[in-house]
Amino acid sequence: GSMEKYKAPRRIRTVGDNCLIGASGEYSDFQSVMDTLEGMVQDDVNYDDGEKSDAKSIHSYLRAVMYQRRSKMNPLWNDIIIAGKDFLGYVDKIGTTYEDSFIATGFGSYLAIPILRSKWRPDLTEGEARALLEDCLRVLFYRDCRALNRIQIAKVQGDDDAVVSDPYELETNWSGFEATKGDMDGDGGW
Amino acid sequence: KSSKKADFVAMHRNMYDTDVTVFSPEGRLLQVEYAMESTKQGSACVGLRSENYVVIGALKRSVNEMSSHQKKLMEIDGHMGIAIAGLTADARSIAKWMRNECLNHKYVYGSAMPSKRLCEELADKHQRTTQTYVRRPYGVGLLVAAYDEATGPHLFQTCPSGNLYEFYATAIGARSQSAKTYLEKHFEGFPSTEKDDLIVHALKALSGCVTGDGELNKDNASIAIVGKDHKFQLIEGENVAVYLDKLEVDGGAAEGGGDGDAMEE
Repeated sequence: GSMEKYKAPRRIRTVGDNCLIGASGEYSDFQSVMDTLEGMVQDDVNYDDGEKSDAKSIHSYLRAVMYQRRSKMNPLWNDIIIAGKDFLGYVDKIGTTYEDSFIATGFGSYLAIPILRSKWRPDLTEGEARALLEDCLRVLFYRDCRALNRIQIAKVQGDDDAVVSDPYELETNWSGFEATKGDMDGDGGW
Repeated sequence: KSSKKADFVAMHRNMYDTDVTVFSPEGRLLQVEYAMESTKQGSACVGLRSENYVVIGALKRSVNEMSSHQKKLMEIDGHMGIAIAGLTADARSIAKWMRNECLNHKYVYGSAMPSKRLCEELADKHQRTTQTYVRRPYGVGLLVAAYDEATGPHLFQTCPSGNLYEFYATAIGARSQSAKTYLEKHFEGFPSTEKDDLIVHALKALSGCVTGDGELNKDNASIAIVGKDHKFQLIEGENVAVYLDKLEVDGGAAEGGGDGDAMEE
């Protein structure tokens, strides 16, 4: 969540049954992307041939769209994460793509990635993974002045349907920050 | 009495067969049927599939002794290929479109084009030519062989009419009935048949489609195979001679027969 006008915009959504899309950047462009992707899922239904778009094809499709828009000097202003069965990928506003075991956008790429690089293991349990993500998000709340402590976590596992949690508040502990508190008189300078 | 009916039909054929958009009194589109005739006149193609592979084969015709043998099998993508019977030029036009669709799909979605979807679009493409005044039907029938990661091997047949069929095994073109009879006899064993034996089956089926005194040899036989972990591969010339030798060893010319046991090696 952010201290901007909307405190809990839905920035993680499902596409089809078992694919997750998360986006930062321009919310209206994200909505446009979601409309397009939902149209793609409906096309699959209309073909009625048993084919279903998976996370990898959605990722590749978004890449093509984002790169084409940037080439026309009219980008969709988003950094997008796509997650699905055995897949985690990233596409940004200029059509850059990569896949990895952990991905972050915005402030997360500066603050969360170092934590993930240090703490991630391929055999994390679900509980450990959630705790790790919450730790990252907590740091982001501490260090990003526009962030709120309201977060959402989503999960897709195997062939099960993807699930997005409701927004909830992180517990925070500001006791270690006493030293950063300055005098209230003066201009706050040093 | 029946010859009177035949005369009636014959007379009416001339009146209703000029435009593709005109029905005959019997409710037939004669131009479409004539286009299918073109397929039947083309030299034979066969197709058959097992649990993990699809094999297509064709009899290549040469105009005269001095000319090359006409290519009948074409690769569409790594996972798909076609055998053609009929107007070769029409087939090449269709192949170009199919290749473009496959490439486009790979660029956008990062994966191989699902074969059924492409064939359904191809069938619709055929149908469109039967319902407009300004075009003619494609004068070629295709056997489309493909292996999809998700759904396994597939063998489709397309017609100038816009109909689409999926088969375990089939044959089209001149004298293809002989091949069909052979395939009907053996197809139940195909799912578990090994790759090389599948190819020999295709050649045996094809050998029944050769004209009276002709024979199947490395110049006029053409085989292609696609399957699980096996990209589309053309087998011609010296490479197909290896399999033709197996035909002789088994003593099997098809002629709608062939000893089922002999194939078990």
